[in-house]
Amino acid sequence: MVTAVRSPAYEVAAATPDPEIPTLTIEDLGILRSVDYLPAEGIVVTITPTYSGCPAMREIAADVTARLNRVGFERVTVATQLAPAWSTDWITPEGKRKLAAVGIAPPSAAPPRTAGPVPLTLGRRPPSPACPRCGSLDTRLTAQFSATACKSLHQCNACGEPFEAVKAI
Amino acid sequence: MSNAEHDFDDNPYDLLAVDTDEGHRWAFGTGFTDPLEGIDTSVPEGLDPGALVRHCLALGDDALIYSHRLQQWVASLPELEEETAVANIALDLLGQARLLLARAGGIVGQTEDQLAFFRSEGEFRNVRLAEHADQDFAELVVRLLLFSTWRLELFTALASCADPVLAAIAAKGVNELAYHRDYAASWVVRLGDGTALSHAKTQAALDALWPLAGELFRPDPDAFAAVDPGAFDAVIDTVLATATLDRPVSAPLAPVAGKTGRDGVHTEAMGYILAELQSVARAHPDATW
Repeated sequence: MVTAVRSPAYEVAAATPDPEIPTLTIEDLGILRSVDYLPAEGIVVTITPTYSGCPAMREIAADVTARLNRVGFERVTVATQLAPAWSTDWITPEGKRKLAAVGIAPPSAAPPRTAGPVPLTLGRRPPSPACPRCGSLDTRLTAQFSATACKSLHQCNACGEPFEAVKAI
Repeated sequence: MSNAEHDFDDNPYDLLAVDTDEGHRWAFGTGFTDPLEGIDTSVPEGLDPGALVRHCLALGDDALIYSHRLQQWVASLPELEEETAVANIALDLLGQARLLLARAGGIVGQTEDQLAFFRSEGEFRNVRLAEHADQDFAELVVRLLLFSTWRLELFTALASCADPVLAAIAAKGVNELAYHRDYAASWVVRLGDGTALSHAKTQAALDALWPLAGELFRPDPDAFAAVDPGAFDAVIDTVLATATLDRPVSAPLAPVAGKTGRDGVHTEAMGYILAELQSVARAHPDATW
């Protein structure tokens, strides 16, 4: 197997927009794992789901294939990879900057992963993220879930702005 | 052309009317493919494929039926925030169900849809707790606390099990289940330690559901990992103490002639669930997404 990091095929695949937050690419979100060339199969793009039920995976696979086809890569396979499990820590600094620019607070560092039991966080919530509008840290969680699987809802106490944040997982 | 390259007004329907040259629009659905596509799904040597299939069906059916029960709540919840919470939890569980049914189906030569829509009640292996119809919001959050606490402990253990595909599915689910458990726990505390009425309703929910939790700990010869009842108790007792609720002492719901949900013996509710879940697929067996 020849791994062609930042090859022309990688550049094309990496620029594919996320269907839910189209100002971010799948590279920004850490969904794109690798782009390889295998003589028998052609280009093999490996992507990983953010959440088990993420409905965008099929769409992303179709978009990546269409984009590669258009620039001349005819044989394209999109493979799924489950392990290691996606984490919001994989969102790139550029991705976090773009999230903030569209009014979505980027995630803080994901909780540390250990092999042992996951501790119960009862009343010990991580600090609410900074307001993407005014930058105030005086914000509160209004809902642990939001309109997509990856986000929670918050409100700024300083300027009143309601906003979404990417959940740190 | 991507959506980002269009200049849209605020009207979301304009977005749907735009003909993108990707040739599909995901708002209308683009069909489903095997969620394990591209993953090496060979069964490692030395593992019993039959046990792996039965275990994946059990855990996949738990998630599928539980997800369906949560979906039935959507549009009937007390707050918009809880609507999105319950819908998101249902979506996470449906995603876990797809992966687990695809794992089982890949070994026996069936698709996830065949397993979900064309098996009869006696072939479903979910625990009876998953099919329970919550009578109120207190039952919804208490049942979710019991189920997600147990499932999180199990998935944490399964993340290092002998089947690499099941281990990866479990590891992926751990983050989701931890989030579900914390959501349920925070509501159980808020209601249990709330008003006299909310306390009474939450205690009643706990008393009603407790017998169904016993089935989670029945020995399962097919399981690839087991939950330590002590670890489960430690979490539940912490939540109940904070919520000022009393741990029930009632006995587990009895098996029927020695059989429980894992053996395909279900409560009356299960037939109604499957009728709703499967009717469209059975009426139009050749339909595609």
